[in-house]
Amino acid sequence: MNSSMREQEWAEWMRNAMKGDTQAYHRFLGAVTPHLRAMARRRCNQFGAPASEAEDVVQEVLLAVHLKRATWDPDRPIGPWLSAIVRNKLIDSLRRRGRHVNVPIEDVIATLEAEEQGDGLDRMDAVNMLEHLKDPQRDIVRSISLEGAGVRETAERLKMSEGAVRVALHRALKSLAALYRSETREDE
Amino acid sequence: MKTNDLISLLAEDAAVGMRLGRMLALAVLAGVVASALLLLLTVGVRPNLATAIETARVLFKVGFTLVLAIAACRLVFLVGQPGRSLKARGFQLAVPLVLLAIAVLSELSVLPSEAWTTSMLGKNAGFCLFFIPVLSLAPLAGFLFVLKNGAPENPGLAGASAGLAAGAIAASLYAFHCPDDSPLFLAVWYSIAVLVITTVGYVIGRRWLRW
Repeated sequence: MNSSMREQEWAEWMRNAMKGDTQAYHRFLGAVTPHLRAMARRRCNQFGAPASEAEDVVQEVLLAVHLKRATWDPDRPIGPWLSAIVRNKLIDSLRRRGRHVNVPIEDVIATLEAEEQGDGLDRMDAVNMLEHLKDPQRDIVRSISLEGAGVRETAERLKMSEGAVRVALHRALKSLAALYRSETREDE
Repeated sequence: MKTNDLISLLAEDAAVGMRLGRMLALAVLAGVVASALLLLLTVGVRPNLATAIETARVLFKVGFTLVLAIAACRLVFLVGQPGRSLKARGFQLAVPLVLLAIAVLSELSVLPSEAWTTSMLGKNAGFCLFFIPVLSLAPLAGFLFVLKNGAPENPGLAGASAGLAAGAIAASLYAFHCPDDSPLFLAVWYSIAVLVITTVGYVIGRRWLRW
């Protein structure tokens, strides 16, 4: 499949997604992610960020694509839009993580030590991220992401309306994006 | 969280409430209505509007501010969408500037040089400098809140264009009250007022519109 056909397919999925088609959106995100991962891995080195953070970068970019999808005009090709979002967020995220590790310390040995520590301790895993969310949001995120339930099932389980679950989910995603920013932004 | 888990999570939030363009259109509408009401309920339109509107200078004043407002709003509609080139619409801002330059030159040619300073200073410069920024507050707030949902590649530029559009909307409303009609007055005082708001927009946008 050439890239323009792929782009058209992505655009079609995204158009349906914006109308509420979760499966189309799942396909879209699944198709985009390997490209993001390849880019993130390639660039981590360049920005002096540990390679172990590549997956966090991928997730941060995915969240940005998600939260900014209302800025895509469905009548226009999706490629330039997607590239611009990814480029901006990738660079933003890597720069933060790069600086984060490259704090100017007097001697090189101290820097290397800090780098090794940063590798293990600063990565955010599921537990860590979920701990920061407030109550209904945390349960909803856990139910959908870790236990694989849909919105309806989650709503039944938590005795909430589907609408309330959707609203809380959207807020949770915004909080996750903000968490990524604040956890890696210490110099501002 | 595993990336696949995150994807499942995002997929469940697929639907988009309102696209950026529609939100901006609402912001324009709300900003114009709010500031028009503010003008009408405080200082009102000039008492001789019906006859004044027929003179070339007043027509130009209203037309120029309107053209500027439209050109700047068109830029605002693009500036929050990543991956779009802003060049074409940026250059369109030259249209009102050229119009203003032509009007200033023809004003200078019809007026005797002794009258230039009086026309330029006008009667109400101070109030103009105060009230155009006041009228721009509602549209500026609306634009900035909507653009916060956007993804501007250059947040400072996005803020500045929001400021320019808000200032131009305010100027085109104020034109219906303003008793000073000379293009010389417009070129000096309106420009200063609009540039102040553009700068305010830039300063706010540069930090606040980052994403």
